[in-house]
Amino acid sequence: MFEALGLSAPAFFGQLLLGIINGAFYALLSLGLSIIFGLLNIVNFTHGAFYMMGALLAWMLLNYLGIGYWPALLIAPIIVGILGMLIERVFIRHLYKLDHLYGLLLTFGLAMIIEGTFRNIYGVSGQSYSMPPVFQGGVNLGFMYLPLYRGWVVAVSVVVCLATWFVIERTSLGSNLRAATENPNLTEAFGVNVPRLLTLTYGFGVALAGFAGVLAAPIYSVSPNMGANLLIVVFAVVVIGGMGSIMGSIITGFSLGIIEGLTKFVYPEAANIAVFVIMAIMLMIKPAGLFGRLG
Amino acid sequence: MSRQHMIYFGVLLALLTVAPFVLYPLFVMKIICFALLACSLNLLLGYGGLLSFGHAAYFGASSYITAWTARDLGLTPELAIACGVGASALLALVFGALAIRRQGIYFAMITLAFAQLVYFASLRAPFTGGEDGIQGVPRGNLLSLIPLASDRGMYCFVAVVFFLALLLMHRIIHSPFGQVMKSIRENEPRAISLGYHVNSYKLRLFIFSAAFAGLAGGMKSLVFSVATLNDVYWEMSGEAVLMTLLGGAGTFFGPILGAAVIVTLQNQLAALGAWITIIQGTLFVLCVMLLRGGLVGLFSKMAKFFR
Repeated sequence: MFEALGLSAPAFFGQLLLGIINGAFYALLSLGLSIIFGLLNIVNFTHGAFYMMGALLAWMLLNYLGIGYWPALLIAPIIVGILGMLIERVFIRHLYKLDHLYGLLLTFGLAMIIEGTFRNIYGVSGQSYSMPPVFQGGVNLGFMYLPLYRGWVVAVSVVVCLATWFVIERTSLGSNLRAATENPNLTEAFGVNVPRLLTLTYGFGVALAGFAGVLAAPIYSVSPNMGANLLIVVFAVVVIGGMGSIMGSIITGFSLGIIEGLTKFVYPEAANIAVFVIMAIMLMIKPAGLFGRLG
Repeated sequence: MSRQHMIYFGVLLALLTVAPFVLYPLFVMKIICFALLACSLNLLLGYGGLLSFGHAAYFGASSYITAWTARDLGLTPELAIACGVGASALLALVFGALAIRRQGIYFAMITLAFAQLVYFASLRAPFTGGEDGIQGVPRGNLLSLIPLASDRGMYCFVAVVFFLALLLMHRIIHSPFGQVMKSIRENEPRAISLGYHVNSYKLRLFIFSAAFAGLAGGMKSLVFSVATLNDVYWEMSGEAVLMTLLGGAGTFFGPILGAAVIVTLQNQLAALGAWITIIQGTLFVLCVMLLRGGLVGLFSKMAKFFR
């Protein structure tokens, strides 16, 4: 089928895989953004910076302390999460009562500080992070060659996304969270410590970004700029999906990654702008996004 | 025009006249271009309550179109700038019509995403020169008569255009259109119930704002003889927002002050490299946490205190 069109099957599946992997990162990042937005009403511009920080922390742990990939996968998101909670306590907390735009502007400024700091230390050139030895090589699936690490990234991000969905939609912690979004005062009256819930939520949301960063480290080059451009694409993903729905973020993230990958296969020049064009079309047809409510 | 604003315009005119004799003209022109960009953003944010995080798109698109028409088509500077402004306005018509379907933070995110679309288009388009940009843009002769090659000549042109643009903006804000815009900012449902076509007003304001940003971009590419990817990159949008915020969003002259402070900082601290990003980020945080009225708000608070 592909040969008849003058296209090669391995290239097709290669781009498809790349798309799924990008989609995994879109899903993880837009999931964190969605959770933070849903509960705190903050468009978290620092999300890209925390993603970058996750990757750079993994690199630092390996190169300065000799701590490998597996511990880093746990340690880096925890550090990022703690830093996030600190930021929520010191800065973001004071903005809940103000116009939402202030939260966006504050986190934009914080992102500049974080990225500028890392740029000062590491410059803009990328560092490479070597893959854990278990994942060297790959398997031949018959129609394509699947590098093991990439398979792992997709699998683990699907699991983390679904676990997050499960916690928020199906547990009592999740129902407290959802209650706090609907009516913080009433939830507080029922004995739930809402301010602490907000801090934890922000910490968890950015920890997800840090986790995505560690996952990304062996695939992309690790540099202070890696989060900034990705974040804007994730914003477009969020607009298309409609922020607020957990499952919506996951599905939209993966599908847009795949669409982007396929665009790269058919018409490479348009790959970078595919997501933005889809966003424009979505705004024309359904301004609230696929899974969103207009608000 | 109120007496107070008349005095401010007078002071501004005096400053514009004296500045090139005291300061390096290119530096003053840089401030003027960015001040115009910040004012254009403020027109949208301060008077319409719409935060565009993608004004680099209109600034940059115009700077590319102006540079291209001036260098490759040999247009005179005023025509080249007009082409740039037209391109920005057209772009704003399309993006604005889509973006105003969502409000608040969504609006900000959508404008940012569209600006990134323009960035990638500029990176790939055949006439933009990719990573190198369009270099060696001639300043040309105004109306094919007055040469602008000297910094002094160019300065006169830029300063006059800037002053006239500000007067026009002032006129727009204080026209019936501007009053309706303010009512939409304060209470959109009420404006709708009074029978105003809110979206049409917002879209027109968006186009006006983008056209002024385009004017700034076009002049910038002639002043520095270059149009580059920096002009369309999202960091430029962020800088424009910072200038507006630092000066005082919603005050007419604040963004000019904000632009002057930021450009001066950038020039003075150019040697520090990445520290500039950190300083700008810190200013952002300070403005949001402590100084929501900007420098102008701070001054008026101080004036009240000492009175």
